[in-house]
Amino acid sequence: MDRRTFLSASSALLSCATLPAWAAPAAPRLLILIELRGGNDALNTVIPIDDGAYFDLRPRLALKADAVARFAGAPALHPSLAPLESLWRDGQMAILQGVGYPLPNLSHFRSIEIWDTASDSQQFLQTGWLTRTADKQAAFAALSADGVVIGAADLGPLAGGARAVALNDPARFARQARLASADGIPARGALAHVLRVESDIVRAGADVRSDVSFKTEFPRGVFGLAVQHAAGIAASGKVPVLRLTLSGFDTHQNQLGIHANLLKVVAESVVALRAALGEHGVWDRTLILTYSEFGRRPRENQSGGTDHGTAGTLFAFGPHVRGGVHGDAPSLRSLDGSGNLRHTTDFRCVYASVLEHWWQLPSERVLQRRFEPVRFIS
Amino acid sequence: MRWLGRLMVALTLAFSGLTVAAEQQLGAQGAKLLLTRAGFAPNDAEVAAYASLSHAAAVERLLAGVRTTAVTPAPSWIDERFVAPRELRSMTEEARRAELQKQIRMGLDLRGWWLREMVATPSPLTERMTLFWHNHFVSAQPKVRYTQLMYRQNVLLRGHALGRFDELLHAVAKDPAMLIYLDSATNRRGSPNENFAREVMELFTLGEGKYTEDDIKQAARAFTGWSIDLATGDYTFRRFLHDGGEKTVFGKAGNFDGDAVLDLILAQPVVAEFIVRKLWREFVSPQPDEARVKRIAAQFRASGWSIAQPVRALLLQPEVIARDEDNALVKSPADLVVGFVRQSGGELSQPVAAAVALAGMGQNLFSPPNVRGWPGGEAWINTHTLLARKQFLERALGGTADGKSSAEASMDDSMSGSMKVGEQPRRRLQMLEQTVSVRIDSETWLARAGVAPERVVAPGTRARLEQAVLAVPATSPVRDGSLGLDALRTIVLDPAYQLK
Repeated sequence: MDRRTFLSASSALLSCATLPAWAAPAAPRLLILIELRGGNDALNTVIPIDDGAYFDLRPRLALKADAVARFAGAPALHPSLAPLESLWRDGQMAILQGVGYPLPNLSHFRSIEIWDTASDSQQFLQTGWLTRTADKQAAFAALSADGVVIGAADLGPLAGGARAVALNDPARFARQARLASADGIPARGALAHVLRVESDIVRAGADVRSDVSFKTEFPRGVFGLAVQHAAGIAASGKVPVLRLTLSGFDTHQNQLGIHANLLKVVAESVVALRAALGEHGVWDRTLILTYSEFGRRPRENQSGGTDHGTAGTLFAFGPHVRGGVHGDAPSLRSLDGSGNLRHTTDFRCVYASVLEHWWQLPSERVLQRRFEPVRFIS
Repeated sequence: MRWLGRLMVALTLAFSGLTVAAEQQLGAQGAKLLLTRAGFAPNDAEVAAYASLSHAAAVERLLAGVRTTAVTPAPSWIDERFVAPRELRSMTEEARRAELQKQIRMGLDLRGWWLREMVATPSPLTERMTLFWHNHFVSAQPKVRYTQLMYRQNVLLRGHALGRFDELLHAVAKDPAMLIYLDSATNRRGSPNENFAREVMELFTLGEGKYTEDDIKQAARAFTGWSIDLATGDYTFRRFLHDGGEKTVFGKAGNFDGDAVLDLILAQPVVAEFIVRKLWREFVSPQPDEARVKRIAAQFRASGWSIAQPVRALLLQPEVIARDEDNALVKSPADLVVGFVRQSGGELSQPVAAAVALAGMGQNLFSPPNVRGWPGGEAWINTHTLLARKQFLERALGGTADGKSSAEASMDDSMSGSMKVGEQPRRRLQMLEQTVSVRIDSETWLARAGVAPERVVAPGTRARLEQAVLAVPATSPVRDGSLGLDALRTIVLDPAYQLK
């Protein structure tokens, strides 16, 4: 096969890709991932309020019809999500339902690894899906880093070789970065790797600014601060991926109050990001995507909480999302053998959409085979 | 009688297949490289003790010094009563929280205890192998919960660290922390849990693809009934939960129990190669040499699974004492911190804070990220962990005042005041992360190397200092006119210091 037939063959495959990335290495648009760590309870996030089975499964935890948030044309949402109404109204909020994968694994560690590496359930991949995305992409290579991970030690989807910067506080990072040096001397073996990381630090250290100011008020607390840091880095326009992690979703006990607080933080953070990035003209090229290692068990447990489950609900925000609901909510009446939801959309179909529709990149190289994109990005 | 001595040497060489190089003196450089890889970076006295030995004699001396117990006194709480999960659930909210806080506190204490042992042990090789098995037969505290059981597992691993692999495998399979970690405790007749059966084959012995899914299903049935006595936290066999029926594993049929399946696994020739390959990456180089792996694995099997056999063979490989970029290994966080303390002649002044620093570098002892353990090698180093390493080193060298004194003060407060119920562990962890956890005296360190701290270092002295501290040549050489302390700081912060 010559290059020409290869190109036409591949563009035929990529029916959704409008512009091949190798044609124009313009700066990739921004993806902000918000990981809801611990397993977010999807059923109390987007609520099947019209399904009697929901109330049967959750005598104590079910949210009552008069207590939920109702946006025009939207399914019932947890009341903590009320701040998102303006995004919904403006068509900037997409709800992706029933997202999971076959043969679900109920271990936090393993399941988030499956999500991060975009592997099959029983396959172990060493690289994150965004690492494979950035690999050999001139548009990514031109930026300060392939991604910045804020407030978590693990690199998640950027693990295994991406030029990923993990930091808690950009100011501290910039101060520390002086400890690194990049002399560009040739080296072999492990030393070459250490030197490469040193130069990643130096390069990002020069561009990761901590002095960006905002009129926007950010939520209080540790996570609000991380959101502010993310906004500052996003405003620099030199990073294509940011990942934030909000922990605490593993609500085995006393779920109601804990979950309400967490979702409030999520909603306020998204609203703050929209305003802050708008101030600096970056919102127009931003996509926010939430995800979690799994949803939770439909039937509540004896401790006022829920146990590990399977399919979850994702949110996408941004001026380029197709506002509304995508995908089918899993049925509460045909649970799997462990009493869990059966997913309706493979999470890799969501990634395929980010790759093809957000970045105009081929997705099969990253996802190992064809996943039909969920059409939530316009 | 000298001819007889020579003949003996010649015969020994011929039969052991050692090269003549193994009979030459190691010298300070060779001794340092060997001791660093066999244990942790050595101090001057250790280097001096080994420099005049041959490579072979040095390895024998290391193996002769192996221990089966720690020298550091056990933590006070190891016999604390085991609170069964059911009992925990029936407690009041306040009592339950107090119990969980206690486990967190004990968990931190346990990490500090092991680090102290790594620094204090007369046999660093014993601790290296204990850590190796901890990262091989992985159990992690977040799932196991009971700190007492994590301690007991550590004792077990040390006891067998250079013992017999077959005995270690059988023992660890029934270790209570392992029974919890890989769900054996909930593996019962009729609804087998395959977790342990899968990992024992995939990660502990055979390697992926060397068994079938059916082997796992059948083996899982054999392991049913292995459980924990909730009153004591000890292993117990529950006959009524055991599936005594016929199973077929690796094509052999029989009424196997768990021990029988482990023996069937050990009969597979690939086991020895799998372990030797992993040991190679621990001691020799990032890329195992397959021909030598096969040879050493054959000796391993023939020795009746004596772990000392492959460890000896691997430590004798020429790569171990070569100052060579291609074979350099990345220091683990434990290598970095423990080695730094030992090498500098310093002390671990805040062991718990040091353990937290280790976690910040990606190696939270007793809590590997998943059942595959820490991937190690180059994966140890990313932007976050590299900066955490450098910050640790810089603080320890006294290069920054970044919150040092106040953090140390508040650390003392929190230690003496003991943690109150409800106090946020996360905040305490953040505080610990900022604490200077080791105390070294750079001036004495320099003086031992014949360098005056406040005087300009002569080029020859500089090179000697560099050689003494680094395993591969520095990437950014010490500038002319540097004072002793600056030279030391430059060398320790050099990327080459991350390697061994």
